Amino acid sequence: MTTTKTKPESGSHLKNLDYSVLQQCMHCGLCLPTCPTYDATKIERNSPRGRISLMRAIADGRLEATPTFADEMYFCLGCLACMTACPAGVNYAELFEHARAEAEQSGVLNSPKRTLIRQFTLRWLFMDLRRLRLIGYGMRLYQRIGLQALIRKSGILKLFPKRLQELESMTPTIQPKFSAELIDAITPAAGQKKYRVAMLTGCAQDLIFSDVNLDTVEVLARNGCEVVTPRLQHCCGSLHAHNGEWAMAQGLARKQLDQFPPDAYDAIITNAAGCGSHLKHYEKLLHDDPAYVERARAWDHKVKDIHEWLAEIGVKPPTGRSLPAQNVTYHEACHLCHGQKITSQPRAILNAIPNLNLTELPESMWCCGSAGIYNIIQPEMANELLDRKLKHIKSTQVPIVATGNPGCLLQIVNGAKKEGLPLRVVHPITLLAEAYRASK
Amino acid sequence: MALASQDIERLTAIVGSLNVLTKKEDLIPYAFDGTAAMLQMPGCVVFAENADHIAAILKFAQERDLAIVTRGSGTGLSGGSLPTKDCVVLCTVKMDRILEIDRANLTMLVEPGVTTLAIADAASAASLFYPPDPGSMKISTIGGNVAENSGGLRGLKYGVTRNYVMGLEVVLANGDIMWLGNKCVKDVAGYSLKDIFVGSEGTLGVITKVLLRLIPKPRAKRTMVATFSQMDHAAEAVSAIIAAQIIPCTLEFLDRTTIHCVEDYAKIGLPLDCEALLLMETDGHPAVVAEEAGQMEAICRAQHAMEVRVAQTDADAAKLASARRSAFSALARVAPTTILEDATVPRSELAKMIRFVEQIAKKYSLRIGTFGHMGDGNLHPTFLTDERNHDEMHRVETAFKEIFAEAIRLGGTITGEHGIGMAKKSFLPSFAGEAQMRVLRELRKVLDPRGVLNPGKMFDV
Ligand SMILES: Cc1cc2nc3c(=O)[nH]c(=O)nc-3n(C[C@H](O)[C@H](O)[C@H](O)COP(=O)(O)OP(=O)(O)OC[C@H]3O[C@@H](n4cnc5c(N)ncnc54)[C@H](O)[C@@H]3O)c2cc1C
Ligand code: SF4
Ligand code: SF4
Repeated sequence: MTTTKTKPESGSHLKNLDYSVLQQCMHCGLCLPTCPTYDATKIERNSPRGRISLMRAIADGRLEATPTFADEMYFCLGCLACMTACPAGVNYAELFEHARAEAEQSGVLNSPKRTLIRQFTLRWLFMDLRRLRLIGYGMRLYQRIGLQALIRKSGILKLFPKRLQELESMTPTIQPKFSAELIDAITPAAGQKKYRVAMLTGCAQDLIFSDVNLDTVEVLARNGCEVVTPRLQHCCGSLHAHNGEWAMAQGLARKQLDQFPPDAYDAIITNAAGCGSHLKHYEKLLHDDPAYVERARAWDHKVKDIHEWLAEIGVKPPTGRSLPAQNVTYHEACHLCHGQKITSQPRAILNAIPNLNLTELPESMWCCGSAGIYNIIQPEMANELLDRKLKHIKSTQVPIVATGNPGCLLQIVNGAKKEGLPLRVVHPITLLAEAYRASK
Repeated sequence: MALASQDIERLTAIVGSLNVLTKKEDLIPYAFDGTAAMLQMPGCVVFAENADHIAAILKFAQERDLAIVTRGSGTGLSGGSLPTKDCVVLCTVKMDRILEIDRANLTMLVEPGVTTLAIADAASAASLFYPPDPGSMKISTIGGNVAENSGGLRGLKYGVTRNYVMGLEVVLANGDIMWLGNKCVKDVAGYSLKDIFVGSEGTLGVITKVLLRLIPKPRAKRTMVATFSQMDHAAEAVSAIIAAQIIPCTLEFLDRTTIHCVEDYAKIGLPLDCEALLLMETDGHPAVVAEEAGQMEAICRAQHAMEVRVAQTDADAAKLASARRSAFSALARVAPTTILEDATVPRSELAKMIRFVEQIAKKYSLRIGTFGHMGDGNLHPTFLTDERNHDEMHRVETAFKEIFAEAIRLGGTITGEHGIGMAKKSFLPSFAGEAQMRVLRELRKVLDPRGVLNPGKMFDV
């Protein structure tokens, strides 16, 4: 059963919100030093405390959803560093999604161009992954047949505005095969089957890092999991929720619940931090939908980030006999460390790999600027953060950076490319899969 | 009076357009500080980058009778940097350079917008020590610390901000830039004017440089946590420690509600089955530290401690201290509005005061979480309430009045470290008495004859 019914959007998101969520902020300011945008500008509006005060002003009726308000909500990275810092337990993630929904609902940012882009991406492309794959095939072709190389060499791009040139250089390399072409619908456990898990292949992850998906499935199988990976999956809706499309996010969540009844699995696995931190909150998202809310609650408990799951079941240590020595540093994806409070597990996995020497990255929890599609809509701030990240990576003099989120992987790859830095950027699970393979 | 567009233009000419904020969305985030339930929109926000900017702004303010509210990070808990209507908020956070660390004289010269933590870290990196550590130190500015004479967790042994201020650069209301104090340990030339600016809450001048005293880093420290099944036992333990002539650097107290909130946030395994918890730290020479720690442990056990736990590593000790620093914000987890008090009594009266606060909470059916600096008699009973519940807010106010009256009766004060600002303004006259109020007023009039600096704060002129 798939319902596409959504509650009509009426009234103000922030006014309808339980006021105590806003009141929870007692404006102590302890979150300010951890907020990358406040750190950059020293202006309160660009801080968690300032943003919450604007949301509260709207809820109070002291402010309308103005273009400046909406801009501010999009200047926020959604990195959730403020949630880690906040002793008062303010649920900034929830506030932030409602605030962006408020901004969208008011339409103050609407322009023909913006509307077109949002129609195309959020409403069309990411609502049905078959479409995304189609685009993926097209881009793969563009890169494969040498058109991209040709166009880049021809200098024809110089005729385009600088921003477009930058965006073109940011386009990721599309994988030769997508998850559905690589991963069987059911992968049996290697050895004794102890668990049955579902594997979420993600959207960007599927196109650009289907190899990481394959590695994840392999690692799961080697740890006694039978892995169910349906070929056609849906977007988890995180992109929509983070960009103010509340109703669409709800629709996509229902589709997930229909496809993966939580009772049928011991765990539902994601390897993309950004998805994971959204996937775990379906109950809140569907709280006013009696047909789904119970299942959503069960689902929230079953969703596990791959690192988290492996730590929970006790990861099988690879013997990695033929593995060369590797020096690795670890960048913490915001939506792992702040969004899901997963910090020790990825390090434990890396430390379990023989011959791997883990060097701590200074400011490992500071956002790299990727932040979903932030690097596309706020390039200046994103680049500033990327430069800061690269500076710290360089200071470790380590040639391999591990990180558990596709957005961060891409952002750091692009940064390294820009600076001509010979850097391998890799998902920790890929390193683990390699270690298993070298264990034979 | 409201700000005219020419005023904004003049201010912009002084500091540059990037340093002036006027949009409503920019001003709302400056309409409050760390104090609960106080809101007032400013007319504009101006960031100063140096003392000359500030001198020019103050001169202009005189000319046009503009109200100037100086602001650091806005963490104050008495409404000190709360705007007055249509005022100019003068924000110092962009003046955040550490100018000099003088190892020969053990001093540090900083701009007012440097955070307390940055100062502590810089001192530590030079193998020196800056002791004052308010709970807000991650973000509070040194300008704010000096203007509030802030305390912290180490007040018992090391004193408060005032004890570390050797010199100040201050811009006076008329724009004169004045330098007070120096690197000399001894200096009796004239009145000690710098001391008048410590704790002046932005009403006498704007602090633009601070010369701080540093001390050698203690070579060893030991941190421990003791839990008690009764509040009285904890209070007795504190009295016994002081009576044994031990001056620990930290002697902090948390009640049951506070412990639960802090643990909920910090997840460091605080014991949850007790009524009171003492966080104690002794530092100094390794031999002395070992001896004092042993004595403190024995005293706590003699006073019926349920458990005494000693932190095994520096990292564990740091976690305990930072968990304690988060106590106030963590209490906000359980109620929409948290209003904290700052009544302080002589150490000997502490147990009485704690019991009194408990009675008051019962009498007015209020929820309360209490924590505080046990060693220096500075309690923070925190009311857990909801500002939308007018009836309850009224009872909170009445409860406060009684708590202040009791603190004064016990020889204490209405504020130990958070200042008067707006929150305690109405209590000051009866506490200070007519003669003191007259001197305060006249002093302020001399330094700020037109009343442009933080008008309406602390007391009316
Ligand atoms: C969670 C939390 C914990 C706290 N813990 C403690 C504690 O343990 N001990 C304690 O004492 N306080 C504590 N406080 C209170 C507060 O942090 C201190 O008063 C702090 O010094 C304020 O610094 P600020 O930079 O935020 O100043 P603000 O709040 O911006 O300003 C405070 C006052 O100082 C004035 N001022 C600021 N800068 C200047 C300047 N350059 N020149 C002249 N006047 C100036 C302002 O006008 C205002 O009157 C705590 C607050 C919070 C929110
Ligand atoms: S979000 Fe949390 S840390 Fe930040 S000001 Fe509000 S209560 Fe304090
Ligand atoms: S989510 Fe990140 S950028 Fe946004 S307010 Fe919080 S810390 Fe700042």
